[in-house]
Amino acid sequence: MYSILRTLWLVFVNIFRKPITQQYPEEKPKLPARYRGRIVLTRDPDGDERCVACNLCAAACPVDCIALEPAVREDGRRYPRFFRINFSRCIMCGMCEEACPTYAIQLTPDFEMAEQNRSNMVYEKEHLLISGPGKHPHYNFYRQAGAEMGVKKTGEGEQERRPVDLHSLLPGTIDQEELNRK
Amino acid sequence: MYSLLWSILSIALVMFGAIIVAASLIFVERRLLGVWTRRYGPNRAGPFGLFQVVADMIKIFFKEDWIPPFADRPVFVMSPAVIFVTVLMSFMVVPLSPFVVASRLNVGLLFFLAMSSLGVYSIVLGGWASGSKYPLLGSIRSITQMLSYEAFMGLSVVGVVLLAGSFNLSDIVNAQKGLWFVVPQLPAFVIFLIGGVAVIHRLPFDLPEAESELVDGYHTEYSGMKFGLFFVGEYLGIVLISAMTVTLFFGGWLGPWLPPFIWFLLKTAACIVLIILFRASLPRPRIDQLLTFGWKVLLPIALLNILVTGAICLAIQ
Repeated sequence: MYSILRTLWLVFVNIFRKPITQQYPEEKPKLPARYRGRIVLTRDPDGDERCVACNLCAAACPVDCIALEPAVREDGRRYPRFFRINFSRCIMCGMCEEACPTYAIQLTPDFEMAEQNRSNMVYEKEHLLISGPGKHPHYNFYRQAGAEMGVKKTGEGEQERRPVDLHSLLPGTIDQEELNRK
Repeated sequence: MYSLLWSILSIALVMFGAIIVAASLIFVERRLLGVWTRRYGPNRAGPFGLFQVVADMIKIFFKEDWIPPFADRPVFVMSPAVIFVTVLMSFMVVPLSPFVVASRLNVGLLFFLAMSSLGVYSIVLGGWASGSKYPLLGSIRSITQMLSYEAFMGLSVVGVVLLAGSFNLSDIVNAQKGLWFVVPQLPAFVIFLIGGVAVIHRLPFDLPEAESELVDGYHTEYSGMKFGLFFVGEYLGIVLISAMTVTLFFGGWLGPWLPPFIWFLLKTAACIVLIILFRASLPRPRIDQLLTFGWKVLLPIALLNILVTGAICLAIQ
Protein backbone atom coordinates (compact mmCIF):
# COMPACT_ATOMS: atom_id res chain seq x y z
CA MET A 1 0.00 0.00 0.00
CA TYR A 2 2.73 2.43 1.04
CA SER A 3 4.85 1.48 -1.96
CA ILE A 4 1.92 2.11 -4.31
CA LEU A 5 1.35 5.60 -2.92
CA ARG A 6 5.07 6.30 -2.98
CA THR A 7 5.28 5.20 -6.62
CA LEU A 8 2.36 7.44 -7.53
CA TRP A 9 4.04 10.39 -5.81
CA LEU A 10 7.47 9.80 -7.35
CA VAL A 11 6.00 9.55 -10.84
CA PHE A 12 3.83 12.61 -10.27
CA VAL A 13 6.81 14.71 -9.16
CA ASN A 14 8.32 14.25 -12.62
CA ILE A 15 5.88 16.92 -13.82
CA PHE A 16 8.15 19.53 -12.21
CA ARG A 17 11.35 18.18 -13.70
CA LYS A 18 12.77 19.04 -17.08
CA PRO A 19 12.41 16.31 -19.70
CA ILE A 20 15.65 14.68 -20.75
CA THR A 21 14.56 14.50 -24.37
CA GLN A 22 16.69 16.41 -26.85
CA GLN A 23 14.41 18.17 -29.35
CA TYR A 24 16.64 17.07 -32.20
CA PRO A 25 16.03 19.15 -35.31
CA GLU A 26 15.76 22.38 -33.31
CA GLU A 27 18.23 21.41 -30.63
CA LYS A 28 21.39 19.99 -32.15
CA PRO A 29 23.20 17.33 -30.16
CA LYS A 30 26.62 18.28 -28.79
CA LEU A 31 28.87 15.65 -30.31
CA PRO A 32 32.49 15.12 -29.25
CA ALA A 33 35.24 16.03 -31.73
CA ARG A 34 36.15 12.38 -32.20
CA TYR A 35 32.59 11.33 -33.10
CA ARG A 36 32.62 9.07 -36.14
CA GLY A 37 30.45 10.72 -38.76
CA ARG A 38 30.88 11.99 -42.32
CA ILE A 39 34.35 11.28 -43.75
CA VAL A 40 36.49 14.13 -45.11
CA LEU A 41 39.84 14.41 -46.86
CA THR A 42 42.04 17.06 -45.25
CA ARG A 43 44.87 19.27 -46.47
CA ASP A 44 48.18 19.86 -44.79
CA PRO A 45 48.96 23.30 -43.27
CA ASP A 46 50.42 24.47 -46.61
CA GLY A 47 47.16 23.75 -48.42
CA ASP A 48 48.26 20.68 -50.35
CA GLU A 49 46.26 17.48 -50.30
CA ARG A 50 47.48 15.18 -47.56
CA CYS A 51 46.38 12.02 -49.32
CA VAL A 52 49.23 10.15 -50.95
CA ALA A 53 46.94 7.53 -52.52
CA CYS A 54 48.56 4.67 -50.65
CA ASN A 55 45.30 2.66 -50.73
CA LEU A 56 45.62 1.67 -47.07
CA CYS A 57 42.19 3.09 -46.24
CA ALA A 58 40.58 1.14 -49.05
CA ALA A 59 42.36 -1.99 -47.84
CA ALA A 60 41.29 -1.41 -44.23
CA CYS A 61 37.66 -0.67 -45.10
CA PRO A 62 35.57 -3.67 -43.98
CA VAL A 63 32.71 -2.85 -46.36
CA ASP A 64 34.84 -1.83 -49.33
CA CYS A 65 33.21 1.55 -49.72
CA ILE A 66 36.40 3.47 -50.64
CA ALA A 67 37.71 3.56 -54.19
CA LEU A 68 40.71 5.59 -55.39
CA GLU A 69 43.36 5.66 -58.05
CA PRO A 70 46.89 6.97 -57.44
CA ALA A 71 48.65 9.44 -59.71
CA VAL A 72 51.94 11.37 -59.55
CA ARG A 73 52.29 15.12 -59.83
CA GLU A 74 55.09 16.78 -61.87
CA ASP A 75 57.05 17.40 -58.68
CA GLY A 76 56.90 13.71 -57.88
CA ARG A 77 54.31 13.93 -55.15
CA ARG A 78 51.58 11.26 -55.16
CA TYR A 79 47.91 12.15 -55.08
CA PRO A 80 44.62 10.35 -55.81
CA ARG A 81 43.30 10.97 -59.33
CA PHE A 82 39.84 10.19 -58.02
CA PHE A 83 38.72 9.38 -54.51
CA ARG A 84 35.23 7.99 -54.05
CA ILE A 85 33.41 6.97 -50.89
CA ASN A 86 30.06 5.23 -51.15
CA PHE A 87 28.28 6.40 -47.99
CA SER A 88 25.35 4.10 -48.58
CA ARG A 89 27.77 1.34 -47.69
CA CYS A 90 29.97 3.12 -45.17
CA ILE A 91 29.46 1.96 -41.58
CA MET A 92 31.42 4.84 -40.01
CA CYS A 93 33.79 2.42 -38.29
CA GLY A 94 36.82 4.71 -38.55
CA MET A 95 39.18 1.97 -39.75
CA CYS A 96 40.25 4.18 -42.66
CA GLU A 97 41.21 6.96 -40.31
CA GLU A 98 43.27 4.55 -38.23
CA ALA A 99 44.97 3.14 -41.29
CA CYS A 100 45.84 6.48 -42.86
CA PRO A 101 49.57 7.26 -42.51
CA THR A 102 49.19 10.93 -43.40
CA TYR A 103 46.11 11.93 -41.35
CA ALA A 104 44.44 12.69 -44.67
CA ILE A 105 41.17 10.78 -44.18
CA GLN A 106 39.28 11.80 -41.06
CA LEU A 107 35.84 11.28 -39.61
CA THR A 108 33.86 14.32 -38.49
CA PRO A 109 30.93 14.79 -36.05
CA ASP A 110 28.50 15.46 -38.91
CA PHE A 111 25.88 12.75 -39.32
CA GLU A 112 23.11 14.54 -41.23
CA MET A 113 23.71 12.91 -44.59
CA ALA A 114 20.23 11.75 -45.57
CA GLU A 115 19.48 11.84 -49.29
CA GLN A 116 16.35 11.29 -51.36
CA ASN A 117 18.34 9.61 -54.10
CA ARG A 118 20.63 6.72 -53.35
CA SER A 119 23.16 7.71 -55.99
CA ASN A 120 23.70 10.99 -54.17
CA MET A 121 25.26 9.00 -51.35
CA VAL A 122 28.38 8.46 -53.45
CA TYR A 123 30.80 11.28 -52.61
CA GLU A 124 33.54 12.19 -55.08
CA LYS A 125 36.85 13.82 -54.19
CA GLU A 126 35.50 17.36 -54.60
CA HIS A 127 32.80 16.59 -52.04
CA LEU A 128 35.21 14.99 -49.61
CA LEU A 129 38.11 17.42 -49.78
CA ILE A 130 37.99 20.22 -47.21
CA SER A 131 40.20 23.31 -47.11
CA GLY A 132 41.69 22.80 -43.64
CA PRO A 133 43.87 20.33 -41.80
CA GLY A 134 41.10 18.83 -39.62
CA LYS A 135 42.05 17.24 -36.31
CA HIS A 136 45.85 17.58 -36.70
CA PRO A 137 46.39 21.23 -37.54
CA HIS A 138 50.23 21.29 -37.70
CA TYR A 139 50.93 17.90 -39.17
CA ASN A 140 52.58 17.70 -42.54
CA PHE A 141 53.48 14.23 -43.68
CA TYR A 142 56.36 15.45 -45.87
CA ARG A 143 57.95 17.39 -43.02
CA GLN A 144 58.38 14.20 -41.04
CA ALA A 145 61.40 11.96 -41.41
CA GLY A 146 61.75 10.65 -44.91
CA ALA A 147 62.83 11.20 -48.45
CA GLU A 148 63.12 14.63 -49.99
CA MET A 149 59.95 15.70 -51.81
CA GLY A 150 60.61 19.41 -52.20
CA VAL A 151 59.06 20.36 -48.87
CA LYS A 152 62.06 19.87 -46.61
CA LYS A 153 65.66 18.91 -47.15
CA THR A 154 66.89 15.53 -46.09
CA GLY A 155 67.70 15.57 -42.40
CA GLU A 156 65.71 18.69 -41.66
CA GLY A 157 62.38 17.03 -40.96
CA GLU A 158 60.71 16.75 -37.62
CA GLN A 159 62.05 13.91 -35.51
CA GLU A 160 64.82 13.42 -38.03
CA ARG A 161 68.59 13.51 -37.61
CA ARG A 162 70.96 14.78 -40.22
CA PRO A 163 72.39 11.90 -42.21
CA VAL A 164 75.73 10.67 -40.98
CA ASP A 165 78.59 11.98 -43.12
CA LEU A 166 80.24 8.72 -44.10
CA HIS A 167 83.32 10.49 -45.41
CA SER A 168 84.17 12.13 -42.14
CA LEU A 169 85.95 10.46 -39.24
CA LEU A 170 85.07 13.14 -36.76
CA PRO A 171 82.42 12.43 -34.11
CA GLY A 172 81.19 16.01 -34.36
CA THR A 173 79.21 15.36 -37.48
CA ILE A 174 76.03 15.24 -35.38
CA ASP A 175 75.14 18.83 -34.68
CA GLN A 176 74.40 18.76 -30.96
CA GLU A 177 72.75 22.15 -31.06
CA GLU A 178 70.38 21.12 -33.82
CA LEU A 179 69.39 17.96 -31.98
CA ASN A 180 68.51 19.94 -28.91
CA ARG A 181 66.36 22.22 -30.98
CA LYS A 182 64.23 19.37 -32.23
CA MET B 1 -41.81 23.93 -25.32
CA TYR B 2 -38.83 25.67 -23.75
CA SER B 3 -38.25 22.78 -21.41
CA LEU B 4 -38.20 20.36 -24.34
CA LEU B 5 -35.71 22.58 -26.19
CA TRP B 6 -33.58 22.86 -23.08
CA SER B 7 -33.52 19.12 -22.53
CA ILE B 8 -32.54 18.52 -26.17
CA LEU B 9 -29.80 21.11 -25.74
CA SER B 10 -28.67 19.41 -22.54
CA ILE B 11 -28.53 16.04 -24.24
CA ALA B 12 -26.46 17.48 -27.07
CA LEU B 13 -24.17 19.29 -24.61
CA VAL B 14 -23.58 16.20 -22.47
CA MET B 15 -23.05 13.91 -25.46
CA PHE B 16 -20.74 16.12 -27.46
CA GLY B 17 -18.98 17.30 -24.32
CA ALA B 18 -18.24 13.71 -23.34
CA ILE B 19 -17.09 12.75 -26.83
CA ILE B 20 -14.90 15.84 -27.22
CA VAL B 21 -13.30 15.34 -23.83
CA ALA B 22 -12.75 11.66 -24.63
CA ALA B 23 -11.17 12.51 -27.98
CA SER B 24 -8.92 15.13 -26.45
CA LEU B 25 -7.81 12.51 -23.92
CA ILE B 26 -5.95 10.80 -26.77
CA PHE B 27 -3.66 13.82 -26.74
CA VAL B 28 -3.78 14.61 -23.02
CA GLU B 29 -2.97 11.08 -21.94
CA ARG B 30 0.02 10.70 -24.26
CA ARG B 31 1.30 14.10 -23.25
CA LEU B 32 0.94 13.38 -19.55
CA LEU B 33 2.53 9.96 -19.85
CA GLY B 34 5.41 11.68 -21.61
CA VAL B 35 5.82 14.29 -18.92
CA TRP B 36 5.69 11.68 -16.19
CA THR B 37 8.41 9.64 -17.83
CA ARG B 38 10.50 12.80 -18.41
CA ARG B 39 9.77 13.01 -22.11
CA TYR B 40 7.70 15.55 -24.02
CA GLY B 41 5.06 13.33 -25.59
CA PRO B 42 3.52 14.37 -28.92
CA ASN B 43 4.51 18.02 -29.43
CA ARG B 44 5.07 18.27 -33.18
CA ALA B 45 1.64 18.65 -34.83
CA GLY B 46 0.34 22.17 -34.30
CA PRO B 47 0.79 24.31 -31.17
CA PHE B 48 1.89 22.07 -28.26
CA GLY B 49 1.05 19.11 -30.50
CA LEU B 50 -2.67 19.81 -30.15
CA PHE B 51 -3.42 18.70 -33.71
CA GLN B 52 -2.20 15.22 -32.81
CA VAL B 53 -5.85 14.38 -32.15
CA VAL B 54 -6.74 15.39 -35.70
CA ALA B 55 -3.81 13.44 -37.10
CA ASP B 56 -4.81 10.34 -35.15
CA MET B 57 -8.41 10.70 -36.32
CA ILE B 58 -7.40 11.04 -39.96
CA LYS B 59 -5.13 8.04 -39.63
CA ILE B 60 -7.74 5.82 -38.04
CA PHE B 61 -10.42 6.84 -40.56
CA PHE B 62 -8.24 5.96 -43.52
CA LYS B 63 -7.00 2.66 -42.18
CA GLU B 64 -8.22 -0.49 -43.84
CA ASP B 65 -11.30 -1.72 -42.00
CA TRP B 66 -10.60 -5.41 -42.22
CA ILE B 67 -12.92 -8.14 -40.96
CA PRO B 68 -11.18 -11.48 -40.63
CA PRO B 69 -12.80 -14.28 -42.67
CA PHE B 70 -13.08 -16.50 -39.57
CA ALA B 71 -15.00 -13.87 -37.63
CA ASP B 72 -18.72 -13.94 -36.90
CA ARG B 73 -19.51 -10.92 -39.06
CA PRO B 74 -22.68 -9.35 -37.63
CA VAL B 75 -21.59 -9.72 -34.00
CA PHE B 76 -18.08 -8.62 -34.87
CA VAL B 77 -19.38 -5.41 -36.41
CA MET B 78 -21.89 -4.77 -33.65
CA SER B 79 -19.77 -5.14 -30.55
CA PRO B 80 -17.63 -1.97 -30.85
CA ALA B 81 -20.84 0.03 -31.09
CA VAL B 82 -22.19 -1.57 -27.91
CA ILE B 83 -19.46 -0.24 -25.64
CA PHE B 84 -19.71 3.19 -27.22
CA VAL B 85 -23.48 3.33 -26.83
CA THR B 86 -23.62 1.96 -23.28
CA VAL B 87 -21.01 4.38 -21.99
CA LEU B 88 -22.73 7.31 -23.71
CA MET B 89 -26.05 6.17 -22.23
CA SER B 90 -24.51 6.29 -18.76
CA PHE B 91 -23.65 9.95 -19.33
CA MET B 92 -27.37 10.57 -19.58
CA VAL B 93 -27.76 10.61 -15.79
CA VAL B 94 -24.59 12.53 -14.94
CA PRO B 95 -25.48 16.05 -13.77
CA LEU B 96 -22.94 18.53 -15.19
CA SER B 97 -24.56 21.40 -13.30
CA PRO B 98 -27.93 22.00 -11.57
CA PHE B 99 -29.45 22.75 -14.98
CA VAL B 100 -27.43 20.73 -17.48
CA VAL B 101 -28.47 17.12 -17.07
CA ALA B 102 -29.86 15.00 -19.87
CA SER B 103 -32.24 13.02 -17.70
CA ARG B 104 -33.19 13.38 -14.02
CA LEU B 105 -33.84 9.68 -13.54
CA ASN B 106 -34.84 8.73 -10.01
CA VAL B 107 -32.85 5.53 -10.44
CA GLY B 108 -29.88 7.37 -11.92
CA LEU B 109 -27.22 5.52 -9.98
CA LEU B 110 -28.78 2.13 -10.75
CA PHE B 111 -28.99 3.11 -14.41
CA PHE B 112 -25.28 3.89 -14.40
CA LEU B 113 -24.47 0.52 -12.82
CA ALA B 114 -26.73 -1.28 -15.27
CA MET B 115 -25.19 0.41 -18.26
CA SER B 116 -21.64 -0.30 -17.15
CA SER B 117 -22.67 -3.95 -16.76
CA LEU B 118 -24.05 -3.97 -20.30
CA GLY B 119 -20.67 -2.69 -21.49
CA VAL B 120 -19.25 -6.12 -20.66
CA TYR B 121 -21.28 -7.57 -23.55
CA SER B 122 -19.27 -5.53 -26.01
CA ILE B 123 -16.04 -7.11 -24.89
CA VAL B 124 -17.41 -10.61 -24.48
CA LEU B 125 -19.10 -10.60 -27.89
CA GLY B 126 -16.16 -8.87 -29.54
CA GLY B 127 -13.75 -11.45 -28.18
CA TRP B 128 -16.00 -14.35 -29.05
CA ALA B 129 -16.89 -13.13 -32.55
CA SER B 130 -13.25 -12.57 -33.46
CA GLY B 131 -12.85 -16.34 -33.61
CA SER B 132 -9.24 -16.46 -32.54
CA LYS B 133 -7.52 -17.39 -29.32
CA TYR B 134 -6.14 -14.15 -27.85
CA PRO B 135 -9.39 -12.19 -28.14
CA LEU B 136 -11.19 -15.13 -26.53
CA LEU B 137 -8.73 -15.32 -23.64
CA GLY B 138 -8.99 -11.57 -23.21
CA SER B 139 -12.75 -11.62 -23.13
CA ILE B 140 -12.83 -14.53 -20.67
CA ARG B 141 -10.58 -12.55 -18.39
CA SER B 142 -12.68 -9.46 -18.80
CA ILE B 143 -15.84 -11.33 -17.79
CA THR B 144 -14.21 -12.47 -14.56
CA GLN B 145 -12.69 -9.11 -13.84
CA MET B 146 -15.58 -6.84 -14.75
CA LEU B 147 -18.31 -8.93 -13.18
CA SER B 148 -16.50 -9.23 -9.86
CA TYR B 149 -15.41 -5.60 -9.73
CA GLU B 150 -18.85 -4.34 -10.65
CA ALA B 151 -20.09 -6.06 -7.50
CA PHE B 152 -17.66 -4.08 -5.32
CA MET B 153 -18.33 -0.88 -7.20
CA GLY B 154 -22.08 -1.34 -6.71
CA LEU B 155 -21.65 -2.16 -3.02
CA SER B 156 -19.37 0.81 -2.42
CA VAL B 157 -21.96 3.33 -3.61
CA VAL B 158 -24.60 1.93 -1.27
CA GLY B 159 -23.02 3.95 1.54
CA VAL B 160 -23.44 7.11 -0.50
CA VAL B 161 -27.05 6.23 -1.24
CA LEU B 162 -27.68 5.63 2.46
CA LEU B 163 -26.30 9.06 3.32
CA ALA B 164 -28.08 10.90 0.53
CA GLY B 165 -31.31 8.91 0.74
CA SER B 166 -31.75 8.91 -3.02
CA PHE B 167 -30.62 7.23 -6.22
CA ASN B 168 -31.05 10.48 -8.11
CA LEU B 169 -27.58 11.87 -8.84
CA SER B 170 -28.70 15.50 -8.58
CA ASP B 171 -30.08 14.77 -5.11
CA ILE B 172 -26.84 13.03 -4.17
CA VAL B 173 -24.87 16.12 -5.19
CA ASN B 174 -27.23 18.40 -3.30
CA ALA B 175 -26.87 16.21 -0.21
CA GLN B 176 -23.13 17.01 -0.21
CA LYS B 177 -23.62 20.74 0.37
CA GLY B 178 -22.33 20.54 3.92
CA LEU B 179 -19.65 17.90 3.54
CA TRP B 180 -18.34 15.99 0.55
CA PHE B 181 -19.06 12.29 0.85
CA VAL B 182 -15.38 11.51 0.39
CA VAL B 183 -14.87 12.29 4.11
CA PRO B 184 -17.49 10.03 5.71
CA GLN B 185 -17.22 7.48 2.90
CA LEU B 186 -13.44 7.31 2.40
CA PRO B 187 -13.28 3.49 2.10
CA ALA B 188 -16.21 3.58 -0.32
CA PHE B 189 -14.38 6.17 -2.41
CA VAL B 190 -11.22 4.06 -2.58
CA ILE B 191 -13.21 0.95 -3.53
CA PHE B 192 -15.25 2.85 -6.10
CA LEU B 193 -12.14 4.26 -7.75
CA ILE B 194 -10.36 0.90 -7.82
CA GLY B 195 -13.52 -0.88 -8.98
CA GLY B 196 -14.16 1.81 -11.58
CA VAL B 197 -10.66 1.56 -13.03
CA ALA B 198 -11.08 -2.23 -13.12
CA VAL B 199 -14.49 -2.05 -14.78
CA ILE B 200 -13.28 0.22 -17.56
CA HIS B 201 -10.22 -2.10 -17.65
CA ARG B 202 -7.71 0.71 -17.56
CA LEU B 203 -4.16 0.15 -16.48
CA PRO B 204 -3.08 -1.19 -14.03
CA PHE B 205 -6.17 -3.45 -14.39
CA ASP B 206 -5.93 -3.86 -18.16
CA LEU B 207 -5.81 -7.64 -18.01
CA PRO B 208 -8.36 -8.09 -20.80
CA GLU B 209 -5.92 -6.30 -23.13
CA ALA B 210 -2.52 -6.95 -21.56
CA GLU B 211 -0.28 -6.23 -24.54
CA SER B 212 2.63 -8.19 -23.17
CA GLU B 213 0.71 -11.46 -22.89
CA LEU B 214 -2.48 -11.31 -24.99
CA VAL B 215 -1.27 -9.21 -27.96
CA ASP B 216 -4.18 -6.80 -27.58
CA GLY B 217 -6.80 -8.95 -25.87
CA TYR B 218 -10.37 -8.73 -27.07
CA HIS B 219 -9.68 -6.18 -29.83
CA THR B 220 -6.71 -7.96 -31.40
CA GLU B 221 -8.63 -8.64 -34.63
CA TYR B 222 -10.14 -5.17 -34.88
CA SER B 223 -8.77 -2.48 -37.14
CA GLY B 224 -9.71 0.90 -38.53
CA MET B 225 -12.69 2.71 -37.12
CA LYS B 226 -13.99 -0.36 -35.25
CA PHE B 227 -10.82 -0.36 -33.22
CA GLY B 228 -11.24 3.39 -32.93
CA LEU B 229 -14.66 2.90 -31.35
CA PHE B 230 -13.20 0.56 -28.74
CA PHE B 231 -10.49 3.10 -28.14
CA VAL B 232 -12.82 6.08 -27.77
CA GLY B 233 -15.14 3.88 -25.70
CA GLU B 234 -12.28 3.27 -23.29
CA TYR B 235 -11.58 6.99 -23.01
CA LEU B 236 -15.28 7.67 -22.57
CA GLY B 237 -15.13 5.14 -19.76
CA ILE B 238 -12.37 7.12 -18.06
CA VAL B 239 -14.42 10.30 -18.36
CA LEU B 240 -17.49 8.50 -17.04
CA ILE B 241 -15.77 7.00 -14.02
CA SER B 242 -14.15 10.35 -13.25
CA ALA B 243 -17.47 12.18 -13.58
CA MET B 244 -19.19 9.59 -11.38
CA THR B 245 -16.44 9.75 -8.74
CA VAL B 246 -16.79 13.52 -8.66
CA THR B 247 -20.58 13.33 -8.50
CA LEU B 248 -20.71 10.72 -5.78
CA PHE B 249 -17.80 11.71 -3.56
CA PHE B 250 -16.54 15.20 -4.42
CA GLY B 251 -19.74 17.20 -4.47
CA GLY B 252 -20.27 17.29 -8.23
CA TRP B 253 -20.80 20.87 -9.36
CA LEU B 254 -20.65 22.30 -5.81
CA GLY B 255 -17.97 24.87 -5.12
CA PRO B 256 -17.50 28.54 -4.31
CA TRP B 257 -16.98 31.51 -6.69
CA LEU B 258 -16.77 29.68 -10.01
CA PRO B 259 -19.87 28.64 -11.96
CA PRO B 260 -21.06 25.09 -11.17
CA PHE B 261 -20.25 23.73 -14.62
CA ILE B 262 -16.63 24.89 -14.36
CA TRP B 263 -16.31 23.28 -10.92
CA PHE B 264 -17.59 20.01 -12.30
CA LEU B 265 -15.18 20.21 -15.22
CA LEU B 266 -12.18 20.98 -12.99
CA LYS B 267 -12.91 18.16 -10.55
CA THR B 268 -13.48 15.68 -13.37
CA ALA B 269 -10.24 16.75 -15.04
CA ALA B 270 -8.33 16.21 -11.79
CA CYS B 271 -9.84 12.74 -11.47
CA ILE B 272 -8.96 11.90 -15.09
CA VAL B 273 -5.38 12.99 -14.43
CA LEU B 274 -5.31 10.71 -11.39
CA ILE B 275 -6.47 7.74 -13.48
CA ILE B 276 -3.79 8.50 -16.07
CA LEU B 277 -1.26 8.70 -13.24
CA PHE B 278 -2.28 5.16 -12.27
CA ARG B 279 -1.37 4.09 -15.77
CA ALA B 280 1.95 5.91 -15.68
CA SER B 281 3.13 4.41 -12.42
CA LEU B 282 1.53 1.12 -11.41
CA PRO B 283 2.38 -2.36 -12.71
CA ARG B 284 -0.30 -4.81 -13.81
CA PRO B 285 -1.26 -7.55 -11.30
CA ARG B 286 -1.85 -11.18 -12.27
CA ILE B 287 -5.46 -12.25 -12.75
CA ASP B 288 -5.43 -14.37 -9.58
CA GLN B 289 -3.95 -11.50 -7.56
CA LEU B 290 -6.60 -9.22 -8.96
CA LEU B 291 -9.46 -11.53 -8.02
CA THR B 292 -8.00 -12.39 -4.61
CA PHE B 293 -7.64 -8.70 -3.85
CA GLY B 294 -11.20 -8.07 -4.95
CA TRP B 295 -12.97 -10.86 -3.11
CA LYS B 296 -10.80 -11.03 0.01
CA VAL B 297 -10.07 -7.34 0.60
CA LEU B 298 -12.47 -5.07 -1.25
CA LEU B 299 -15.63 -7.08 -0.64
CA PRO B 300 -15.32 -7.29 3.17
CA ILE B 301 -14.39 -3.60 3.36
CA ALA B 302 -17.37 -2.65 1.20
CA LEU B 303 -19.76 -4.77 3.30
CA LEU B 304 -18.31 -3.40 6.53
CA ASN B 305 -18.71 0.11 5.17
CA ILE B 306 -22.39 -0.50 4.43
CA LEU B 307 -22.87 -2.00 7.89
CA VAL B 308 -21.25 0.91 9.74
CA THR B 309 -22.88 3.59 7.58
CA GLY B 310 -26.30 1.97 7.97
CA ALA B 311 -25.86 1.64 11.72
CA ILE B 312 -24.84 5.29 12.10
CA CYS B 313 -27.72 6.45 9.88
CA LEU B 314 -30.15 4.44 12.00
CA ALA B 315 -28.69 5.76 15.25
CA ILE B 316 -29.02 9.37 14.06
CA GLN B 317 -32.64 8.77 13.11
